[in-house]
Amino acid sequence: MAYALHFAASILACWLTAEVLAASTWTWRAPRVAIVCWQAVGLALGLSAMGLPMALGLAAYGQPTGSALVALATDLAHGTLPAGVGAVHLGLVGVGFGIGAVLLTTTVRSVYGTVRAQRRHRELLSLVARRDPTVPGALVLDHPSAAAYCLPGVKPRVVVSAGTLNLLDRAELAAVLTHERAHAQERHDLVLLPFTALGRALPWFRWVRHAQERVALLVEMRADDKARELHADAPLAGALRRFAAAGHRITPAGALGLGDRDLDVRVQRLLVPDRTPRLLGATALAVTTTLAALPISLFLN
Amino acid sequence: MTRLGDLERAVMDVLWDLVPGASDGVTVREVADALDGRELAYTTVMTVLDRLAGKGMVQRQREGRAWRYRAAASREAHIAQLMLDALDLGGSRDAALVRFARSVTGTEAEVLRAALSAEAGLTDRIEDPRAGQPPLADEATDR
Repeated sequence: MAYALHFAASILACWLTAEVLAASTWTWRAPRVAIVCWQAVGLALGLSAMGLPMALGLAAYGQPTGSALVALATDLAHGTLPAGVGAVHLGLVGVGFGIGAVLLTTTVRSVYGTVRAQRRHRELLSLVARRDPTVPGALVLDHPSAAAYCLPGVKPRVVVSAGTLNLLDRAELAAVLTHERAHAQERHDLVLLPFTALGRALPWFRWVRHAQERVALLVEMRADDKARELHADAPLAGALRRFAAAGHRITPAGALGLGDRDLDVRVQRLLVPDRTPRLLGATALAVTTTLAALPISLFLN
Repeated sequence: MTRLGDLERAVMDVLWDLVPGASDGVTVREVADALDGRELAYTTVMTVLDRLAGKGMVQRQREGRAWRYRAAASREAHIAQLMLDALDLGGSRDAALVRFARSVTGTEAEVLRAALSAEAGLTDRIEDPRAGQPPLADEATDR
């Protein structure tokens, strides 16, 4: 029973940590640390969600979940179950494996869907996008809407629309391209993938979706930081503002939230210089790694 | 870009730029003639057209003993599809792209979607690029 309590406490701690992380603003000044924290929380949550029903079902063994599972497998192989392990308990263990299977299959399905969409997108790009001397190394789509994005993969593509070329000046464009290359180099698509998959597996939990949005914003901030290393802050902030303004100019107030709401936050961050919160970051890292280590140790013992 | 990708693009350019939309399409010979400067073998052009048909980019129709080929959708429709992905309006829940920022108005989104629905069946092919047979007009189902 004690192990089930451990898992339950771990789930509660994950929820609390996620709430705190989502509400914190220091994360904007240390996006990379914050991303690692979110990953640790996600891992801890997934393992604890599997572990809780398993530990309940295996309470009779009085061992950590990992060794209890081995003991159960041995007993099942010999056809002799100890007293206190009935159909309900086996069912609970099954539920634990079921949760694991759901998490795994949604991730696999997400990967499959993403790879397919990317392959199709890549094929179409090679047929209709053009090179342009003003944006070396990037592809241009002839369309008046403003978009700049990265098609990730082994051979990543950075794409801007003709609308973006009109919208931004040379320095702003260079900053945007560096931002996109940072996405490609650091494989931010892989960072986002498990959170997207988790959001798909548990669509009715608002805070899971919330976590996904937070991580997406942090990934953008991380790429903004990479762009700042090479360019001044002003062009990047300028590019962000122009994107924000282009959306608002024509859209009536309150109509369709299609423009990025997070643009304002990203611009503010660039304009107000602030020191990296080392102490807060280190504390958050320590807390979240402990959080992830607890369910892992219960499974490995 | 690979040589094959380069050829595919050249062939699509011919179909998009030299073939009037209302025509029944062109034969392999006509495409090869249009690509005169490249001195391509007839069979090479045919292979490229077959590949493009397999990808759903090209439709073909038998006429007598020869096939006639035409682009399945306009270049603009494909660009519109890519922009829908880029602006995250495509309805996909997968994180296939990582965006810098997007800026789109309600009107723009409508225009993009209209450009797509004007091309009957385009969405079907984009969902299922490996469909074996060239899709017929009445296969444009409402999914």
